[in-house]
Amino acid sequence: MDLLNLTRANALLLFILFCTTVLIFIGKARRGGSLFIRRIAGLNAIDEAVGRATELGKKVLYVPGIMSLDENQTIASLAVLGHVARMTARYNTDLDVPNKDPLTFAAARETVKEAYLEEGRPDLYTEAMVHYVTYDQFAYTASVSGIMVREKPAANFLIGSFYAESLLLAETGQTTKAIQIAGTAEIAQLPFFVCACDYTLIGEELYAAGAYLSREPAQLGSIKGQDITKAIVGLYIVIATILLLFGSSHMQDLLKIE
Amino acid sequence: MRFLRLQMPLMLTALAGLIPIVAFFMSPDVEWSQWLKDRLERYMVIIASFAILLGVVNVVQSNVRKIERRQKGWPYGATLLFGMLAMATIGILGSFRVGPFQGIGYTPDGGRTPFQWGAEFVFSPLQATMFALLAFFMASAAFRAFRARNLEATILLVAAGVVMLGRIPFGESILGGRPYLAKFTEWLMDWPNAAAQRGIMIGAALGAASLSLRVIVGIERSFLGLEKNE
Repeated sequence: MDLLNLTRANALLLFILFCTTVLIFIGKARRGGSLFIRRIAGLNAIDEAVGRATELGKKVLYVPGIMSLDENQTIASLAVLGHVARMTARYNTDLDVPNKDPLTFAAARETVKEAYLEEGRPDLYTEAMVHYVTYDQFAYTASVSGIMVREKPAANFLIGSFYAESLLLAETGQTTKAIQIAGTAEIAQLPFFVCACDYTLIGEELYAAGAYLSREPAQLGSIKGQDITKAIVGLYIVIATILLLFGSSHMQDLLKIE
Repeated sequence: MRFLRLQMPLMLTALAGLIPIVAFFMSPDVEWSQWLKDRLERYMVIIASFAILLGVVNVVQSNVRKIERRQKGWPYGATLLFGMLAMATIGILGSFRVGPFQGIGYTPDGGRTPFQWGAEFVFSPLQATMFALLAFFMASAAFRAFRARNLEATILLVAAGVVMLGRIPFGESILGGRPYLAKFTEWLMDWPNAAAQRGIMIGAALGAASLSLRVIVGIERSFLGLEKNE
């Protein structure tokens, strides 16, 4: 009896290559190697958005998407939420985090509470900042749209996994003249965010957000490792395409898995 | 204390992250890996069910507080609590078949139980109303996006115009019944559009894998509410 599923051996090799590259760069970053990470406009704008809310004396609304913690985008969103919460704690600005998923709600509450503690302002933290709304997608959309229209937050963050509600939320926020920063890896929702928001984190930018904002060497190293793997994958695709033009599908077939 | 707050959550996270990966690469004949994966999925459902209770308690607490303090928008909170309690009561009575509340779906003669009536004639229309708003928001977003402010916006405007005309019979009729626009639309969607989408997808997939690796090895721990240097 085989221990490994040999029909997935190619995927296993790619997995090992990816993990090794990322871990090498994490190690390099920990040893103090210099790493350049390009500027991400949407993430740099977070300071501007929270600053604007502080100046206007209005709240910051943070929507962590509608999915649970088994979705990577939600985990990436919580990393951004931690950064936003640290800023609202520093500037004594109101923060509102409505949740659709109960597990995300529990994690978001811990993230915000810890951010306020870290900034030395536990007195400013209230349980009402992070609250649960409903498990239904459109009821949640109605509730968040209501918050946008009635309370007019100065900054809206729509970061995480979104589906049909993306445009409903982003357009409602747009009508309230709030500065909007969105981020998702859902391909079908990206055009809506690009149309209706001031800044949009596209796909991998969202996953890199936590590392980018924390500036921790180990996390930045993983981004570098990921970029190197992306370059290898890109090169592979180019060579496979050229070979395909000459009638050889060998490289393409190598990547097929069952 | 440090073990409970830091080490145990990180160990559980690593374990929960590794099990599906190991199960993916193991042969289907290796029963324990599939058993572990199935167990993990079941535990997730159980944990999520308990978490819903946490959410319901929070909804009640926050809205009761809002009503007590007559905060801005408190009538909305009262409406929410009324709706939630009414449906929960009807649902529980229906589950135990008390009086006129015989079940939570359809009755044997095809009629609706009160719970089903509420879901079908109150909840569903409200959902549909929200979803229907999307058409209007799409029009307003398109109006803003398709202004020819610069070269990129102009290309977007032209491409969107072609795709819209190519997807409706009117596009064919203005060219005397020739399907040029439909074919050009097909080319635009299958080649330049698909290429850009796949670029984003490859980047996002690698980003997700990198994030997963950071979570499994315990470098990314913000979702646990842990401090940076903890």
